[in-house]
Amino acid sequence: MEPFKEHKGIAAPLNRGNVDTDQIIPKQFLKRIERTGFGEFLFFHWRFDDDGKLREDFVLNQPKYENATILLAGDNFGCGSSREHAPWALEDYGFKVIIAPDFADIFYNNSLKNGILVIKMNEEQVRQWMKKAEQGLTLDVDLEKQEITDADGTVVSFDIPPYHKEKLLNGWDDIALTLLEEDAIQAFEEKRA
Amino acid sequence: MEKALTAFEKIWNKHVVKEEEGKPALLYIDQHLVHEVTSPQAFEGLRLNGRKVRRPDLTFATMDHNVPTINRENMKDEISIKQMEALKKNCADFGVKLADMYHPDQGIVHIIGPQLGLTQPGKTIVCGDSHTSTHGAFGAFAFGIGTSEVEHVLATQTIWQDKPKTLNVQVVGELGVGVTAKDLILAIIAKFGVRFGTGYVMEYTGEAIRNLTMEERMTICNMSIEAGARAGLISPDETTVEFLRGREMVPEGEAFEALAEDWLALATDEGAEYDHTVTIHADEIEPQVTWGTNPGMGVPVSASTPTIADAEYPDEVKRALEYMDLEENQPITSIHVDHVFIGSCTNSRLSDLKKASKIVEGKKVKEGIKAIVVPGSFLVKQQAEEIGLDKIFIEAGFEWRNSGCSMCLGMNDDIVPAGGRCASTSNRNFEGRQGNGARTHLVSPEMAAAAAIEGHFVDVRQFVGVPS
Repeated sequence: MEPFKEHKGIAAPLNRGNVDTDQIIPKQFLKRIERTGFGEFLFFHWRFDDDGKLREDFVLNQPKYENATILLAGDNFGCGSSREHAPWALEDYGFKVIIAPDFADIFYNNSLKNGILVIKMNEEQVRQWMKKAEQGLTLDVDLEKQEITDADGTVVSFDIPPYHKEKLLNGWDDIALTLLEEDAIQAFEEKRA
Repeated sequence: MEKALTAFEKIWNKHVVKEEEGKPALLYIDQHLVHEVTSPQAFEGLRLNGRKVRRPDLTFATMDHNVPTINRENMKDEISIKQMEALKKNCADFGVKLADMYHPDQGIVHIIGPQLGLTQPGKTIVCGDSHTSTHGAFGAFAFGIGTSEVEHVLATQTIWQDKPKTLNVQVVGELGVGVTAKDLILAIIAKFGVRFGTGYVMEYTGEAIRNLTMEERMTICNMSIEAGARAGLISPDETTVEFLRGREMVPEGEAFEALAEDWLALATDEGAEYDHTVTIHADEIEPQVTWGTNPGMGVPVSASTPTIADAEYPDEVKRALEYMDLEENQPITSIHVDHVFIGSCTNSRLSDLKKASKIVEGKKVKEGIKAIVVPGSFLVKQQAEEIGLDKIFIEAGFEWRNSGCSMCLGMNDDIVPAGGRCASTSNRNFEGRQGNGARTHLVSPEMAAAAAIEGHFVDVRQFVGVPS
C-alpha cells in the first residue's frame, strides 16, 4: 500500500444519504478476479443511462468534477454489501479521500485497507463544503496534522484512530504486521488445543 | 461474584490473542467461510507473497453467488465460469475444502454453515459477505469482512477488531398469528433506521425471540447488517442445542453433551449491562412490506406509502418513490407485482418453503407473474422434495430451481427486468439490486406467496389457507 501523507484536490459533492455499495459498484461487475480496473464501473447506473450514454445530471459527469479526487458524501456512505470492489472502484476512478458524516462499518475498514483516507466529519461542515463545491472547492488534506484546509484558508481538524493513521502514513501491509505476532497466535492455539 | 457479562463479551474474551490500550484487539477466528466472489483477489494476494492458508481445517468454501439455478451443466457466462474455476483451483492449491456447485453440501454459504453444524455457539465466524451476521443466531460472533480481510484471515487465522459496543434489542410481548420473524426484523429496521446498529453488536432478547425456531432466529440475525450492525446475536439456549444435535460437524454422545453445557453457559448473564437498549412491542407488529430503496423504508401491509412533506428526509423519500414508480400515500395493497422470488440467505430454509407452500397449495399464480422458488441449499431442496413441496409449487405455477443466491442480487441469470416489480423474500431493496431498473419489495415468504396468487400485496392473515 502507498503511504498517505497529504493530498490536495478538487472536491465533488454527492449529496445523498445511505449510498449503498450496490450503487457504488453494481453486481454485474463483481465477477472479475483481479483487484484493478473497477473505476470505469463506478456508480455505473448513475453515470450511464440504459444505452450507455453519460447522464449529464449526475454530479461526477459534470466537467468541473472531472478531476475530483475528494468525495463529499452523505451519511452512512457505503452501506450494504461487504464487497471490497466498492473501494477498489473509488480508488481506481481516482478518489483518494472520502469525507462523510458517517460510514458503514465494513466499507470504512475496506477503504482504509486500500489506502483511501475516510474522514468522519460533522454533518454541518460536510454540507457547507458540499455547497461550496458546487462553485468549485479545493481541499488540502493533511493526515499528519489531521487538518483540512479549504481554499480560503479555513482550517478544520478531523479525528482518525491513531492506529489507522499510523498505518496509512507508513503504507503498512496488515498481514506482514500480524505475522510478527506469530508467537502469540501459536501460543493461543496451543492453549486452546 | 464475577461481573455479569453479555454473550458477546464472553465470546470476545475467549478469542483475544493480543490486546493493547488504544488499539484494536487481535481476535482469533474459529470458522472462515469462503465463496467465489470475494475470495479470488485474496488467494492471489497469498500467492504473490508466498503465503499459505494457516488453518485450512477451519476454512470452508462453496459456490453460491454466481451459480445458475437452472441448466447448471450448460453455463454460458464466461466470466462467471472463470470466477468459479478460480475458486476451484484456489481451494485445490491451498488445501481448502470446497462444496462446488455439484456437491451435495452446496448451497448459500449462510444456509450450509448451520446445516453442516460448522456454525456453533461461541465461535468467531467470518466470511467475505455482509450477511454473515446470520450465524449470530447461534450465539456466535459472526460478521462480514472485505477481501483484504479475507486474505488476512486466510494467512493468519486472526483479524484486528475494534471492540464493538453492545445493543440490546428487546422484543416485548408475542408476535401475532401470521406475523413472522421477517416481519419482526423489517419492523425493527423501519422503526430504528438503517444505521442505528453501526458500531454495535445487536443482541435480540425477550420472550418473542426465545420462542422462535433456529430458522426464524437466522432470519432475524441475517438482517442485522441492514441496520448497520457489526453483528447480530441471540443467546444460545436449548433450541440452539437441539438444532445442532446430530449435525455432521458436531461431536456425538458425551462429547456433545459437554459441548452443549459450554454453549448454554455462553448466554447473557442476568443483570449484564448493554451500552444501549431499544424496545419494540411484538404484538403491535403487522406483516410488513418495504416500499422504498433501503430496508428501513417499510410499513405494515395495511398502511400506505409515506407523505413526502411529512418525511424526515423528504428528498430521499421523493427519490425512492420515483425510483419505485409509486405515489405518495398509495395503499400498499394496491401495489401489483410481476415477479415473486422466494429464496435468499434470509428466507430459503425448509420452514420458509413449507410456510409459503401452505399459502399456494391448490391455488394458481396470477397470470403474467413470474414466480420462482430457490431453495437455500441442495439439502433443503432434497428435503422439500421428499415432502412434496416441489409439486405444490410447480402445480401452482412456480418454477422450482436449484440452490444459490439467485435473484437476491442477480449475479446469475435470475434477474428482474428493468421496470419489473418483485415481491421478494430477500434482504435488500436497493436500486437495481435484482436487476438494473428493477423494483424490489421485501416481504416474508407467506406474504410473497400470497402476492403471487393475488397479483398484488394482501394481508396474509386474511388470506384463505393461512396456517394458524
